[in-house]
Formats: sequence, structure tokens, C-alpha cells
Amino acid sequence: MTAAPSTQSRLDTTRPLAIAVMAMGGQGGGVLVDWIVALCESQGWSAQSTSVPGVAQRTGATVYFIEAMPIPQDAPRGLKPVLSLMVVPGEVDIVIGAELMEAGRAIQRGFVTPDRTTLIASAHRHYAVAEKQVPGDGIGSSEAVYAAASVAAKRFIAFDMAVLAEQAGSAVSAVLFGAVAAANVLPFARTAFEETVRASGVGVAGSLRAFALGYERTQSNATSDAPPLVPAANAKTYPALTPVGHAGYDALVARALKAFPPETYDMVGAGLQRTVDFQDVAYGGEYLDLLRGLLALDQETNGAARGFALTRTAAKYLAVAMAYDDVYRVADLKTRGTRFERVRNEVAAAPDQLVYMTEYMHPRMDEVCGSLPRWLGRFIENRPGLFKALDKIVNKGRRVQTGTIRWFLVLYMLGGMRRFRRGTLRHFNEVQHRDAWLDRVRAAAPKDYGLAVELLATRRLVKGYSDTHARGQSKFDKVMAGAAKLEGRPDAADWVRRLREAALKDEDGIALSGALKTVDSFV
Amino acid sequence: MAERSFAKEVRDLELGAGEEFRGEGILAITKALLQSGVGYVGGYQGAPISHLMDVLNDAQDTLDKLGVQFSNSASEAAAAASLAASVMYPIRGAVTFKAPVGVNVASDALANLTSGGVTGGALIIIGEDYGEGSSIMQERSHSFAMKSQMWLLDPRPNLESIVRAVEEGFELSEVSNTPVMLEVRIRACHVHGSFIAKDNKPPPFTLRQALESPKRDTGRIVLPPASYLHEKEKIEQRWPAAVNFIKTRKLNEFFDGDLTDVGIVTQGGMYNGVIRALERLGLADVWGQSRVPIYVMNVTYPVIDDEVAEFCASKKAVLIVEEGQPEHIEQAIATILRRRDINTKIYGKGALPMAGEYTADVMLKGVRSFLASAAPDALTDQVRAPNAPNINDDSRVQALASAVPPRPPGFCTGCPERPIFAAMKLVEKETGSHHVASDIGCHLFSCLPPFNLGATTMGYGLGPASAAAFNVKTDKKSISMIGDGGFWHNGLTSSVGNAVYNKHDGVIIVIDNFYSSATGGQDILSSRADTESRSTQHPIKKAVEGVGATWVRQIDNTYNVGKMRDTLKEALANNEPGPKVIVASSECMLNKQRRVKPLFNKAVKDGERKVRERFGVDEDVCTGDHACIRLSGCPSLSVKHSADPLKDDPVAAIDNSCVGCGNCGEVSEAAVLCPSFYRADIIYNPTGFDRFMARMRGAVIGFLQRRRARRRVAFA
Repeated sequence: MTAAPSTQSRLDTTRPLAIAVMAMGGQGGGVLVDWIVALCESQGWSAQSTSVPGVAQRTGATVYFIEAMPIPQDAPRGLKPVLSLMVVPGEVDIVIGAELMEAGRAIQRGFVTPDRTTLIASAHRHYAVAEKQVPGDGIGSSEAVYAAASVAAKRFIAFDMAVLAEQAGSAVSAVLFGAVAAANVLPFARTAFEETVRASGVGVAGSLRAFALGYERTQSNATSDAPPLVPAANAKTYPALTPVGHAGYDALVARALKAFPPETYDMVGAGLQRTVDFQDVAYGGEYLDLLRGLLALDQETNGAARGFALTRTAAKYLAVAMAYDDVYRVADLKTRGTRFERVRNEVAAAPDQLVYMTEYMHPRMDEVCGSLPRWLGRFIENRPGLFKALDKIVNKGRRVQTGTIRWFLVLYMLGGMRRFRRGTLRHFNEVQHRDAWLDRVRAAAPKDYGLAVELLATRRLVKGYSDTHARGQSKFDKVMAGAAKLEGRPDAADWVRRLREAALKDEDGIALSGALKTVDSFV
Repeated sequence: MAERSFAKEVRDLELGAGEEFRGEGILAITKALLQSGVGYVGGYQGAPISHLMDVLNDAQDTLDKLGVQFSNSASEAAAAASLAASVMYPIRGAVTFKAPVGVNVASDALANLTSGGVTGGALIIIGEDYGEGSSIMQERSHSFAMKSQMWLLDPRPNLESIVRAVEEGFELSEVSNTPVMLEVRIRACHVHGSFIAKDNKPPPFTLRQALESPKRDTGRIVLPPASYLHEKEKIEQRWPAAVNFIKTRKLNEFFDGDLTDVGIVTQGGMYNGVIRALERLGLADVWGQSRVPIYVMNVTYPVIDDEVAEFCASKKAVLIVEEGQPEHIEQAIATILRRRDINTKIYGKGALPMAGEYTADVMLKGVRSFLASAAPDALTDQVRAPNAPNINDDSRVQALASAVPPRPPGFCTGCPERPIFAAMKLVEKETGSHHVASDIGCHLFSCLPPFNLGATTMGYGLGPASAAAFNVKTDKKSISMIGDGGFWHNGLTSSVGNAVYNKHDGVIIVIDNFYSSATGGQDILSSRADTESRSTQHPIKKAVEGVGATWVRQIDNTYNVGKMRDTLKEALANNEPGPKVIVASSECMLNKQRRVKPLFNKAVKDGERKVRERFGVDEDVCTGDHACIRLSGCPSLSVKHSADPLKDDPVAAIDNSCVGCGNCGEVSEAAVLCPSFYRADIIYNPTGFDRFMARMRGAVIGFLQRRRARRRVAFA
């Protein structure tokens, strides 16, 4: 029988240092692992890495695992440790999350433990399909990951490494390598880390820049005792309700400041700007008039005690309803100078490069009719044969090259036609829809303040264009109908909120139908 | 052309005696083949053994120098059949594929090969795709070894042991005239380690020599009466020869320990896991020294009766560590002990789970429960009943369940298959849902969100075959998918030929992306690449027509969603007998980018005028419904929170990883989604004329923009 090789006859209690890398396929997790292994080997350690890439290389979540340890000076030649090929929960020294939710996944899988693990995560988010495809807001909570990391990890290092990587013209893996160096769990000098990057020979300059950014950021974070801060995800920028030097608009601002309670200034400011920008100063005046009426209702129903929730909610959704998305609006937005600048920034064009945009537009006869004077639009709509014939001509995809003079002029003129908007069929329909909605709100408010607020917020469901818009509209109608059945119940507001949330869960309204059935079962 | 270049790895293949090889397990195997004097290598790519194929493909020079013949087999069956060269001639041959799926496909050839037996060493290297990261059904290849009586090696998962298994595997094969399977699990294939290399050996007997003096022996052909004799020969001659070799050459390993009442019998591949579990229980150390004796079966079939009996005889209880099911080894050991009346208690399945991967914690629990029952004194109280609070019980950790989204693999940025499924979704919206039969390949991701298309998958190249029963008159034909990889693997006959012959009234979509993409972008018959060593550029359309399909449509740009949709509608409406075949061709974007990007960058660097396209979303036009995402799922098309206080839901956003494939624009146009998408054409190194036009346009457009901006209320 053969005996196992060993440095001594008693069991050695030395344990390897373990590192788990949680990444998505294509993130460069493999490069990072190769660096760590090469680094360990260059320092006289024995290192083993494994991975299960499989099909996960196609953007799926994947785990790499490294174990490494120094070989004793007096070890017999060829002595190698027996290392694990799988992550050993509870025995991981460093967990690297190349994206925030992957760090969360590592915690869930028990890889991160408070006695041992330094968790290094890039705080940036790369949303999963499950998060993106929801018609509403399906984004997972970053706060939850930070909260879990604060109890699960011995030390938690997190900052947005994607931004630093971009700044350095490199990849997240290089920033992470810098963070690993600065975290001081691997007992090697910074120069050894950098030498490893150099020796790898690919994209060295960029990698070293990114490495340095990761290293320094980790060090500067380490000097403060505070845990890393959750990046503000859904911060809103409210325009100030202040004069801008335009007499008409400034008069509206003065009116608003006087008429509305300060708690509502932020939202009234946002709504006022949107409606004026959508049409003109007079339209902003209409907005304030309508809102003023709702404020009166709010005051009568003791809204002050509720922070004027009714007025605030109305300020938001009334503006959304009034600044609907029609052909003129889209044409106007697409032709603005500010937009041309924004596109250049978004595509990161260098100053010497030229950028041309092509818009993908697919107008249908519905949109055309809506943009015509009310009588003409109606005339066509009432004649299905004519409508169909015209639709055949109109209804096709058009690729609009906004950067060329010919196409720009078309869009520019369309954008300019917003001055005729008030007479269009679409406007008439929108006003009717809006008035019906507000009537329901007005009727509900005296009896059930909470319900009135929820009815206002239901307007969130109407969004999108063409089919999507129609689908949103129908969900809105269903929730409003459900609300009618619920009126008078003490939990009506709660239920309307639930219905709205259900409507935002999936495209086909399956969750909403389920929720409505539940409502039917008890009303 | 494979996904990546293996220039460094090719150099590693040429290391000489005494030099240290550092790298992946699967590459160590490749090197071991050359050190063993292999004469020919074949195989079919697939995780986790693709790299073996890719490296040899890039190593033509080395192979030529040595006189080693390497072929990319059309399928695992073709690879296994190529081992026929070792039947009559003393030439070592090796083939490799993913298992057990590859073994399934190859089993006909393997059974024939094993029946007649081999003269030269025949090695079948199988990448056992089991457990985390696996993309296939969870089964064992072990049963195949048993049914045909091929020997199965399962070495300890370190490079030295694996390399030794290759070298000794050939010898074992030769002394027992039996093909040998070498099983390597996913992690072992990808494990980074090192071993001391030997010189490469040219094959002592060459294929040319064989062809110049051919030999035959009816006794080796699977025909009665020889086939009856083969079975007897297996039991009476080959088996004892193998057992003798395994024993005398000590292929299996015994590790002593002072707790002699108990022992662990383990598959070689599980060894590191066993040691770690013992280490966590305070009974072993990181150098492999263990207090519990261990019998490591580097050969898991045949089981060596004498070794098992010797190991178990003096022990009260043994634990058998055997991953997967059925528990073939445990059953064999139980029989051996029973026959010899050795009453050692067997722990195996029960202490360890019957199904599922032996992860670190599963192994720990199994070994602990075995020792707690069989040798309780060996464990400290702390180890026997650990009472440490588990951080996973903390409510903050449990709250992650609702925050962390699943992240299955999906289509890459710019994938040409995405628009095909987007078009199918659009058709579905008009005609209702259809029965969709899927196949193996990247396109199987269509089963997942956001597409949710595809009802079954029955094996590589078998998508349309799996819809064969649905050959009935209906207004709703079945739609079946097949990739170019599966098409050439066997789909041309089993799927397309089958449908033609049976006049199957269904729609077949052949997804042709110029490579066997899911396995790493290897070339196949219809690849557009020009390669010196292989014959490519054979159009799928011609092949389909060649087997008699009459309704065939070739689409050369899958990104044209409208055309894709209309063609599919046309196919569904057509009532001619026979399959309606749509060949949808566009290059795999991952490979295209690898090919094109360096050229683009170089051209730009050289001052050439170049246009890069990418897409964007106008945030203020987007209303945050995400309908576009539900028809795409592209990694570069994502969402972001809007700073606009009037917007509740995140808006769509495209990042700079966009490759401008055109899908977003096409989909929003075909599905009449919304006008928020734009394509930006970024002109690098604009010419003088470009700049002149830009100035002209800028002057007119800028004038109009400023004019309108002046009339508008300007907000800061």
C-alpha cells in the first residue's frame, strides 16, 4: 500500500486560500481567474482553478473557483496539495462579484460568511431578462444585496467598477484585480499584481490603468469605517418652480407658487414644464386651472393632513395625460438641437467623427387620423373602406434620416404643426378620456380620499404607442371598472393599487385578470 | 475558425521531456495523446471537450511533423467508427466527445468496435457533462461501458493522474483488446494544474503502412458465428487480461489511514471532494494524508474483485462514493462481498444522495453521517453536531430571494437567431401559438424568456424528426427548428429526409449561422470560411433540395424581421404536401465580431473612412413599456431608471456594447412598437466630402433648430 505524501506525519492544519468569482458569460471572469492563478504561481504558490462555463458563456451566470497555497520550503519535490474543484461554502476567503446581483447570488449560495469572507463586488447592474421584460418596474433591489452583504461578509467592498473600467478603456476584470490587490487578503505586493498583468501581454496599458483605479478606490474606501453606500437607483430630478426669464411662463410660476402648497411645488414644477414644453404657455395655464380645481377638492377633504397627496399625484398624472405622445410630439423631440447633442454623447462619438441618425417610424392610419382636424379624422374613421385604402398607403415602416436636410424638414414641419394640435381628433379624444377619468376622481374624493389618489395613479397604465398603447388603455379601463365595483369598501384604495401592480406584471394582463377575479369573488 | 485562437496552447503541445506543462485538464489530455504515440484523433466538439478539438485544429503543423492524422468527425458516431483503424492494425487512436449524449450517438459504432475488439489502443475520451453548468440530461456514461464491456477510467482530477490515465489507458486497451473510455468531468476538463511533460512520440506504426499492406480477419467482424465468439472472448480472455493489467500496474490506488475499521471506496474523480470532506471533519490534511483508509478506483469498470475484497475484508464498514445513478459500483461491490461472504457493512446511496451532484456540502454531510454511524469516536462533538449559526438563516440574506433574478444563458448581443424568434413571436400574435419542436444548439434559448417558444427537445439534429408524428391535416402546422450544426450531424437525413419521405406537412426552420456555434464556433460543411484543411461552403439549401424538398426558401439576412415573418406566414399557409423548409442564414455575431472587429480597428487606425452602426433609444420618447425587450432580450438592450419625475417605470436604454445588428429597428418597425429607437451611423475618419456635407446640413438644420428653440420657453 502506498502512503500519501506529506510534509509531516501528523495532520497538517494548513488550509488553502479560496477565491470564488461570480460572473456572467463574456465579462472576462476567465481573464481575472487566469491572472490570480498566474500571480500565485509566480509567488511560489500552488494554485488550482476550475470553472463550469458550458453554455453559461452565453451571458448566463457562472462561477469560477480558485484554491491556492504556499508550498513549504522543505517540501519534497513535486509535492502538491489536494485542492477542491468546487466552492466549499463557509470556507471562502474572497468572493468576487463581477456584477452586483452576482454578488447577491454568492451570498444566497452560502459562499459568503462573516468569519472569513471579503466580498468584492462591482456595484453596477446588468439587468437580467426577468427584470427587463416586465411592463412595469421589475428591477431587483440593490439595497437587498447591500443589506445582506453587511451581515454575511467579513468585509464588503463595493463600488461601480464598470464606470472605472470605461474610464480606463478596459474591462471590469482589471478593476476587480486592483480591488483584490488592495483588499490585502492575498499577501502579495502591488507590484507582483501589476507584473502579472504585464506578463499576460494583452491590453496591458488599459488593464493597468483600470487596475490602478480599482486599487486606489478600494484603499480610499478602506480608510473610512462606513459601509459602502447603495448607489441611488431611482433618483428623480425635479425642475425648480422658478422664473426662467420668459414673461408668460414666469407669470404661471408666480400663479402656481401662490396657489399651491409648498409640499407640491416639485411635482407642479415638473408638470408645468412638461405641459408648456408640450404645447405652449396657454396649455400650461390650462394645466394649472385643472390642477387648481383638484387642489380645492383636496383642501375640502382635509388633504393638508395627508401632505396633499391628491394634488401631488394629480400634478404628476395630469401632466402625463395632457402631454400625450402624438406624431407632432415625437417629431418635435426628434428634431431638437439638444437631442442631436445627446445622441452624440450617448454613442460616445469623438469630436472628429460624424454622427447621422436613422429613426424607425411606422405610422398607421390611426395615427394619421388622430393628427388631422377632428372633423376630417372622424370622416375617414367612419368610412372603413376609405380608412383601409389609405392605411395601405400609410402603414409601413419608414426609416427617417433626421440628419439629412430633406428628412429633417419633414420632421421639422410636423413638429411645427403642434400649433394646430388643439383642433385634432387625437386631442379631442384625449381630453374626453382625461375628463372622464378626472370626473371619477372628483366623485370618489369626498367619500374615499385614498381611492381618489389611487384612481389618479392608475393613469400610469396608459403608455406606449399603437398596440402597446391600446393594451395599456384596456388595462386602464379594466382597473377603473374594477375600482367602480370596489367603491364604498374600506379597502378599495388598497385593492385598486393591487390591481394596478398586477397590470404592470405581464404583457397579456394574466396577473390582472387573476386579481380581478379575486375582486369579483368578494364584491 | 474556432472562437478563440490557441496559439499558446499549441506551443504547450510541443513541450519536451522534463519541461513543466501548465494549463487546463483537457489540454493536458491532448498533450498526453501526443506523448503516447497516438496515430489518429477524431471527435465531435461540445463542452467540456471542445478545446481538445480546437487546439488540434490549430496544431496542424505539429501533427504533420509527428504524422498524426486529425479529423473533425461529422458526429460522435462518425468519430467512434473511425476507431475501426485500430481493429486490425497496431495503431493507437483516440476520439473525444461530450457525454453521455455523445456516447448515446456513438453507441452503435462503440458496440460494434467492442464486440470485435481492437489491436491498437483505442481511447474514447468523454467529457462527462454532469452537475452544475451542465446543459444536458443528467445520466451516466458508466452504463454504456458495462453493456458493451468497454473499460472505464475515472482518474483523480489532477493533471498528473489524468495524463497517466491516457498513457495507461492505451496500454490497457492493447493488452485486453478492448476500447477504453476515459471519463473526465466538467471541472476536471477545465481544472488548471501542471505536470512534467515527456517528449512527443511519432506513431510507431503509421496509417500509411496500414493502407499499403491491408489486413482482414473475418473473426473480427460482427457477423455470426464470430459475434457469438466475441461475447465469450470478452468474458474469458479480455476481462481477465484487463483485471490482471489493472492489478499489476496498480491503476487503482490505496491510501492508508489509522482508522482501520472503516474505509472509503471512491471513484477517482471524486477523490478531491472526499479529501476535502475529511479535512473539514478533522480527519485529513491538504496534502492528502487521511486517517480514514481510502481505495481510489481510477478504473471504475471493471471492478477488481480481489482489490475490493482485500480493502473491505478487515473493515467493519465502508462508504462508497459514487456520483449519479444507478449505483453500479455499489451494486458490484455488494455482489463481490456477498459472494465471498465478507460482512463489511456498505454505506453508499443513503448516506449520500442517489441523485444529484456531490457538491462540497453534500459530500461533507455524506461522509459525516457515515462516520457518525460507523466510527463515532473518530469525530469530535463539535464536528458531529455543529451548532454554528448559519448566516443563510438571517432574514436579510433570505430577502435576496426576491431581489436576485435568475440569469440563464441567452442569445448574445446581436445574435442573428434573435430576429428569427422575434418574427415567430409576431406570427404567433397574428395566428395564435403553434407547436414548436426545438433542437439542440444556441437556438434552444428560445425556450426561455422573453421568447418562450419551443415545446420539446429530443436530441441533436432531431428537431424536425421530433415533430414527425404531427403529420395530420390542420390549419395549425407544427414548426420545427434545427441548427446548421445539428443539420450536418444527422439532421439532413433524420429530420429533413424523414419529413420529405413521409410528406410531412410542417414547417422546418434551419438556422444557419455559419458555424457550430454553441460548441465554440467550429467550422462545418456549410461554413463560409475558406480553410485549407477542410472542404466548406456547401449550401444547406442545396442539400435540402438534394434530398427532395421542393418548398425551400433561403433568407440571407435574418435581421430582416418583416421578411422573416412574411416567409414564415407563407410557409404556414402553404398546403403542398411535404415540408416547408426555410433556411435562415446570417453569421454568428460572436464569431463575426471576432473576425471583423480587429479589421475595423486597424482600418480606422490607418485613417480609412469607416462607418460603425449602433442603436439608441430616445429616453423622452420611450414610455417604459418594455415591449421591445419582450421581442429581443438582447444583452445590450436594457433598461435604466429615468430621472424624469413624471416617469414611474424604467426606460429602455442601449449600451455601447451594441453591435448595430439592426434587430431593434426591424422589430420596432415590424411590430409597430414605438418611434424611440434610432440607429446612429458613426463615421470614423470622414472624408473631405463628408465634412462638407456635414457642414452644409449642420448650417441648415442648426439654423432651424435655433430658430425654434428661441420661440420656445427655455428651461435651464
